[in-house]
Amino acid sequence: MKKDNVLLEVKNLKKYFPITTGIVIQRHVEDVKAVDGISFYVKKGETLGLVGESGCGKTTTGRVILQLERPTAGDILFEGKNLCKMSGEKLRKMRKKMQMIFQDPYASLNPRLMIGDIIGEPLFVHNVAKGKKLKKRVRELLEIVGLNPYFITRYPHEFSGGQRQRIGVARALALNPSFIVCDEPISALDVSIQAQIINLLEDLQNEFNLTYLVIAHDLSVVRHISDRIAVMYLGKLVESTGSVELYKNPQHPYTKALLSAVPIPDPIVEEKRKRIILKGDVPSPVNPPKGCNFNTRCPVVMDICKEEEPEYKETNTEHWVACHRV
Amino acid sequence: MEPLLDVKNLTTRFYTQDGVVFAVNGIDFHVNKGETLGIVGESGCGKTVSVLSTMRLIPTPPGKIVSGEVLFEGKELMKMNMDKIRKIRGKKIAMIFQDPMTSLNPVLTINKQISEVLQLHMKMTMKKARNKVIELLDMVGIPEAVDRINDYPHQFSGGMRQRAMIAMALACNPQLIIADEPTTALDVTIQAQVIDIIKKLRDELGTAIIWITHDLGIIAGLADRVNVMYAGYIVETASCKDVYGDPKHPYTLGLLGSIPRLDEIHKKRLTSIEGLPPDLIDMPECCPFVPRCTYRIDKCFKENPKLRTVAPDHRIACWIDIETATKKEVA
Repeated sequence: MKKDNVLLEVKNLKKYFPITTGIVIQRHVEDVKAVDGISFYVKKGETLGLVGESGCGKTTTGRVILQLERPTAGDILFEGKNLCKMSGEKLRKMRKKMQMIFQDPYASLNPRLMIGDIIGEPLFVHNVAKGKKLKKRVRELLEIVGLNPYFITRYPHEFSGGQRQRIGVARALALNPSFIVCDEPISALDVSIQAQIINLLEDLQNEFNLTYLVIAHDLSVVRHISDRIAVMYLGKLVESTGSVELYKNPQHPYTKALLSAVPIPDPIVEEKRKRIILKGDVPSPVNPPKGCNFNTRCPVVMDICKEEEPEYKETNTEHWVACHRV
Repeated sequence: MEPLLDVKNLTTRFYTQDGVVFAVNGIDFHVNKGETLGIVGESGCGKTVSVLSTMRLIPTPPGKIVSGEVLFEGKELMKMNMDKIRKIRGKKIAMIFQDPMTSLNPVLTINKQISEVLQLHMKMTMKKARNKVIELLDMVGIPEAVDRINDYPHQFSGGMRQRAMIAMALACNPQLIIADEPTTALDVTIQAQVIDIIKKLRDELGTAIIWITHDLGIIAGLADRVNVMYAGYIVETASCKDVYGDPKHPYTLGLLGSIPRLDEIHKKRLTSIEGLPPDLIDMPECCPFVPRCTYRIDKCFKENPKLRTVAPDHRIACWIDIETATKKEVA
């Protein structure tokens, strides 16, 4: 791994949410271990996909990276600087370079603000532009994401889901960031609109040399837009490698099951496929199982899996797996 | 052979304050015994309304079934009185809904909810019904069904709730199950579990299924025939293999091109369908897909095409012939 090429590095990141009891005196009883010691890096100009089922901690990871939540432990190095040790004005300045696109385009736009104000807000907050200059930039941004610059005085409710997501993208682009976290950017949209947004994200990446962290549950979408993929299960990374390698040569039993569970829109292929059906549900992140946290559902579980946690190690170049079998 | 369910010229409209919503516009479809029919389309294209109309579950007002004949086992459902139709719903035609949390009653135990169906339709006693419920929950793969039977829905996980819904649908051995996006609210690994159970039970019991979804992937491995819907019309209907292998309607072609496939090795740019689906209140006289269509000709603006046969058991609602037509830019 060449250090100079890395934009973001996450080291042993943990985020626990406390569970407390009592109304007046809040006693700390347990923790929800949303993210439990994960490490990865994102290179300049690449797209890293983070996949996993609901509740596995992928959104929390994205939010902690942008310091919207403070981590319990661990380091986040962005352009070599540790974000976890920053605060106040210093952190605010760093935020210019990192932005987020949210999942729900209906909930993430303020219904009382006009589109021009929504997209212009980051410019205003960071004192980048004012007045006429700000308006000009907003019009430019609307054009970049494929909307009519004339929409500047409209309100969010006048737009469809796909158009709203474009507004969210325009807002994220406003400050010319180098890194964007896309949290389920298309899961709230209709099939034919999803492709429009995926294509837009790809075009913008080429045009502005952006680095993406794409968080999603749909493996076929993640495979399509990512260069590398990290698979998450119950707060931990189980496997991470290039997107072609992950499909051709998955190592972890969870990755294998996940790949086999994703339907392919082709009846001839589907007829021949064998599904690995996992038993049961994802355990609670309050009390994750001892040893490997996948041992309760793993089809190839061994005795050691129930006792000892497997190490997340590099088995091949840029192919990390956390499994005793490998 | 006579089809199990035969729907002809079904039209459903909603009379709202903003105007008349043309939700379903004169569609014909049928389901044979033991067959699985997939209905695919985007949100708001009339998939759910069309099947709810066949069971006469449309809230009236504002909804109204304007025209249509629905023959189930040769009996006309549209002219039946409510008492008679209630005896068919749940017994001969069962439904699995999208969101198991909102379709189960939160204040009743799982046992109570499933045995209600059995007591009502099969005239079982409470004790007998309870045993049957345990058997059903076992069948859909709920572990330790005897202990879980008195749980409330909130004590079940999402996948288990959906399984309880399936158990409820299967309770009276129906001839037809209507599954309305039954796996959309579930995670992929749980979705695989649920589909696996439904497939197994379908093959064992020979139940016919109408599976409604927006996910083209699920239908590919499940259905015998597929109806593609757009703006309240069926735009293409054919066997599953033909719809995926040889799609003839520009919309179906566009849909298939716009979803990334897991097994793609070389990254291709997705061919998205530009524009938005039409507003169902303000329906144009012409083909509803024409503003987004890349193959359109002048005739498309004048007249709305009816379904026509292009190959054996393959019908499309489109004027053009996709093999010879030329692609144009959509402005």
